[in-house]
Amino acid sequence: MWDYTDKVKEHFLNPRNVGEITDADAVGEVGSLACGDALKLFIKLDENKERIVDAKFQTFGCGSAIASSSALTEMVKGKTLDEALEITNQQIADFLGGLPEEKMHCSVMGQEALEVAIAKYRGVEAPAHGHGHDHVESEGELVCKCFGLTDVFLKKVIASNKLTTAEQVTHFTKAGGACGGCIPKIKELIAEVLGEEKKAAVEKPAKLTNLRKMQLIQETLENEVRPQLWADGGDLELIDIDGSNVQVAFRKACAGCASSGYTARFVEQKLRELVSPDITVQEVQG
Amino acid sequence: MREIYLDNNATTKVDERVFEEMRPYFCELYGNPSSMHFFGGQVQKKVDEARARVASLLGALPDEIVFTACGTESDNAAIRSALEVFPEKRHIITSRVEHPAVLTQCRNLSKRGYRVTELNVDGNGQLDLSELERLVDEDTAIVSLMYANNETGVIFPIEEAAKIVKKKGALFHTDAVQAVGKIPLNMAESAIDMLSLSGHKLHAPKGVGVLYVRRGTPFRPMLVGGHQERGRRAGTENTASIIAMGKACQLAEQYMADEAGRVREMRDRLERELTALIPNTRINGGGTERLPNTLSIAMEFVEGEGILLLLSEKGICASSGSACTSGSLEPSHVLRAMGVPFTCAHGSIRFSLSRFTTDDDIDAVIEALPPIISRLRAMSPFGREFLNK
Repeated sequence: MWDYTDKVKEHFLNPRNVGEITDADAVGEVGSLACGDALKLFIKLDENKERIVDAKFQTFGCGSAIASSSALTEMVKGKTLDEALEITNQQIADFLGGLPEEKMHCSVMGQEALEVAIAKYRGVEAPAHGHGHDHVESEGELVCKCFGLTDVFLKKVIASNKLTTAEQVTHFTKAGGACGGCIPKIKELIAEVLGEEKKAAVEKPAKLTNLRKMQLIQETLENEVRPQLWADGGDLELIDIDGSNVQVAFRKACAGCASSGYTARFVEQKLRELVSPDITVQEVQG
Repeated sequence: MREIYLDNNATTKVDERVFEEMRPYFCELYGNPSSMHFFGGQVQKKVDEARARVASLLGALPDEIVFTACGTESDNAAIRSALEVFPEKRHIITSRVEHPAVLTQCRNLSKRGYRVTELNVDGNGQLDLSELERLVDEDTAIVSLMYANNETGVIFPIEEAAKIVKKKGALFHTDAVQAVGKIPLNMAESAIDMLSLSGHKLHAPKGVGVLYVRRGTPFRPMLVGGHQERGRRAGTENTASIIAMGKACQLAEQYMADEAGRVREMRDRLERELTALIPNTRINGGGTERLPNTLSIAMEFVEGEGILLLLSEKGICASSGSACTSGSLEPSHVLRAMGVPFTCAHGSIRFSLSRFTTDDDIDAVIEALPPIISRLRAMSPFGREFLNK
């Protein structure tokens, strides 16, 4: 069972502001049934359209999702729209006395719904995240196909929450939590945000012994290549390593695929980049 | 608050008769059964008795019983043994809905060059034996298929599967952790080569399991060292737990004869009432043969963790196929493999009964669950049309 704070439990068992506002000024909807959580946020402004006087929510999701929604509606009341936009997902989590890291995506969902609602009210393009949301077409490159999350959104969450591992990014956004195919890309985004050089470039030793080279080839295939092939229903098997010649056999969807030549070049490029520039990859029937 | 425990597929209460049987083997009769003196010898006799009791429940011979630490160890040992017995064979067949004890190991082996085939299941969670027949070949070292599914209770046609596999010369293993003690098994009339069970699923303590290995089946031990378990599992025996396992198996034989029908009736009543009282539900695996103690009910437009937390507030312990209860982000691999729609998979709850379940327990769930679902649906942006039903 999750180690929820008393305040999370209280807001789950007795959520504040459940329901809808029929004449709401702003409505933001994020999430979907497929994602496993969804939030519809209603905001009512005062006569001068300056401050938020009422907020209500409807949530489909776990205990943390309901508690985060309840907290959010309490936090925005009395604030101007600009002040409300300043609320971070970390503040939502702090309001609840903290959330388990695996549940931080619930607080991110609250922040997203608020952004979407205010953007729609103002008639501007909604911020990019994905998540099956009803905002305008997301900007940026789609990174996590399972949950529909873009690089722009992920970089924002990585930066604002100072995330340093792909696992943390998954906990905060869900990206990479299903098929795992985008995890290498998430690692690249973390490196980019942190201003680091690519991890592989740092780790690549200057001179490789034969044994180390073989180990690196295996590690690269396991950690960098195969997860990407799995994402498309494919796979490969390492058949042999002879000096710099690497023999692989394609499996599942990759076996007999018309584009296997292209895939082999992709594997070769990855190995050259992360292991040694003289590597050649040969597809064999194994 | 009264505790209503309906999560017996996760673990069971140690039966007090089992506990009494094992109690002396901690501080009084603590000898090592391998010792030559009388003090160890009396423990050895009791371990032998336990072995005979387990064998009796399975319709097996005592020398076919290997005590292990858990069901996971039994599963791992069976598969690894087969791969060592047939070093030239590189193919393993299992199913998409296995317990992680089998599935994770097979997926790890696939990274080490083994060819792993995961059989599909249909919407009821049932196997297609013709697919098995088509895929098992001379390169197949072992086929490992669960006897009954832990989430849905669906029972696979294991005997038919074993016969198909044996014709092709592969070994057949079944993870029967959920089946043993709930439905009758008879190894004497079976084609199964190896079968796993776990003590804590049938009212013995955690930390003891069994691997049944048919007499004559080639076997390579995973743990080597001493000569315990006829060389098939080295390591000093966990004697108190083994003795408990024996007693639990003896009681399970009685239970199946006397009480299993009562449990099935309670499960069926729970299913009937909940289905009638809560709109938009479906029974996962409801269209095929299931364990008599298991009910997996999917409720649309609600998320499982919220249901479990609110049930817990009423003292009711159940389990969920929801992603959010486990920290993973997709609903259970079993429900996904069955093609249960996302609208239902996230809101699936498993109730699993035992011999200790009472009619009052069932009444409490029938009273508590419908208002919980109404409350969560009222809070949800989906499915609000069911509010007034």
